[in-house]
Amino acid sequence: MAQDIWVLGTHMTAFGRYPDQDAVDLATAAALGALDDGGVDIADMDILACGTLFQANAGMGQQVQKQIGQTGIPVYNVSNACATGATALRTVIMAIRAGEADLGLAIGVEQMGKMGLLAGGARKEKNVYEPSGRYGAVMPIDGILGTDTMPGVFAQAGMEYANDNDGVGFEQFAKVAQKNHAHSTLNPLAQYQKEFTLEEVMGSPMQSYPNTLLMCCPTGDGAAACVLVGEERFASLSREQQSRAVKISASVLTTDPYVESGQMQPDVNTLTHNAATAAYEQAGVGPEDLSLVELHDCFATAELIHYDNLGLCEPGGAGEFIDRGAPWRDGQTPVNVSGGLISKGHPIGATGVANVYEVATHLRGEAGDRQVEGANVGLAHVIGLGSSCGVHILEKSGIN
Amino acid sequence: MQIPLVDYLVLDNGPYLQANECQSCGARFFGRRNACAQCGGREFNAVRVSDTGTLRTFSIVYRAAPTIPTPYVSVIVLTDDGTSVRSNLINVEPDPSKITLGMKVKLDTYVVGTDDDGQEAVAFGYAPA
Repeated sequence: MAQDIWVLGTHMTAFGRYPDQDAVDLATAAALGALDDGGVDIADMDILACGTLFQANAGMGQQVQKQIGQTGIPVYNVSNACATGATALRTVIMAIRAGEADLGLAIGVEQMGKMGLLAGGARKEKNVYEPSGRYGAVMPIDGILGTDTMPGVFAQAGMEYANDNDGVGFEQFAKVAQKNHAHSTLNPLAQYQKEFTLEEVMGSPMQSYPNTLLMCCPTGDGAAACVLVGEERFASLSREQQSRAVKISASVLTTDPYVESGQMQPDVNTLTHNAATAAYEQAGVGPEDLSLVELHDCFATAELIHYDNLGLCEPGGAGEFIDRGAPWRDGQTPVNVSGGLISKGHPIGATGVANVYEVATHLRGEAGDRQVEGANVGLAHVIGLGSSCGVHILEKSGIN
Repeated sequence: MQIPLVDYLVLDNGPYLQANECQSCGARFFGRRNACAQCGGREFNAVRVSDTGTLRTFSIVYRAAPTIPTPYVSVIVLTDDGTSVRSNLINVEPDPSKITLGMKVKLDTYVVGTDDDGQEAVAFGYAPA
């Protein structure tokens, strides 16, 4: 049996825009915050994993070391689309489980600025058409053969769910965003902290039907970090460190198995379902045991289908789940009490670590105004298109 | 002279879409293949995909790169022989009340551009059947 892993320290920067800092500054702030929070030092770390997407070839982990301590430990720079942060966490977890490390630091960081719409290329016509690429295309096909843009791809994922299940439409998707904007007003770390009515959500500029502007996550900057420790070293820590530590009772990363439609429309469902199933089995808990869930609401359409993929609602029942308010902070299973990607923000590499920060903070009882009372088990989910899905289940320490 | 937008659109004796079908498991793929994503098989047959199908999902795209005309309707069609195809819905107003999930559609083609040699690029889309 592999040894248990604990989150000993964790920290995130507020998400937002940092024109006067670079990604190294943000990653360093998160790393130092997590070390301080855990009562440890960079010299205690046996491994460092650093996730960033848009600066994946920058040696970000080593750049952070040069700010906080070049101790010569192995660094793994990882990149896995929107699952980048979860992949950094898993890299450290695997090293500890393999017996190669007792303590490790996982960082996720991204500085996006105002990148605008992700994916979907500009069309630049060649003077002379010549087939190129795997499809022998004579010009970029985005906008001619459907959409490559993220709001559109996830809109289609949501509308496919609407095709297969009753009681799901524009209004149900909009209610998801209404909830997350409302939740964000209690989170000082959120990029946006403004509440909107359902009418305002539905009436904001349409990006890709049914996703309006207020149903799409923003680009932004930020970082988050976790110090992880294996149970052997955990036993020698102080009582205070042990009582604030949060147990990682499941850590899973999956990719999308083959499905017929996958070459045309990324399947974000099967790999999420598979990751959740494996995580619930690892942790020995079920969705009904969860005090809170932070899931990957890059778009409102995505959150709705993940209610089903993560087993939070009855199969096919995601529309009814949001209609009766189940994922609100005072509902059956609070989802994205941080404000979610839609309002807390989505600096891509940071997201999969920040979700774990959020859940851990609630399990410690340290989430302030947004605290979910009595939280003892929580789930953090991310999905990177392409695809990779990370699911972590965390449990309260139980040591006083 | 005409040239297809992508090489899986066949214009001669067509138009129709052509897929690479795995000889081992029957999985269909568009574009160049190295091996099968479902079973790992390495031999493929070129097969003609049905021209008709149903609309499985859609999005009306209003926001795109500056040179791409919007709004347009992006769709995934499930053809009558069970192959998923992504394209645009054409000859329909980009209005959610005019588009029905599950509606019957049919392959259609149109000229999407002309190069300096006068060669026309031909794209495909799906129109209400």
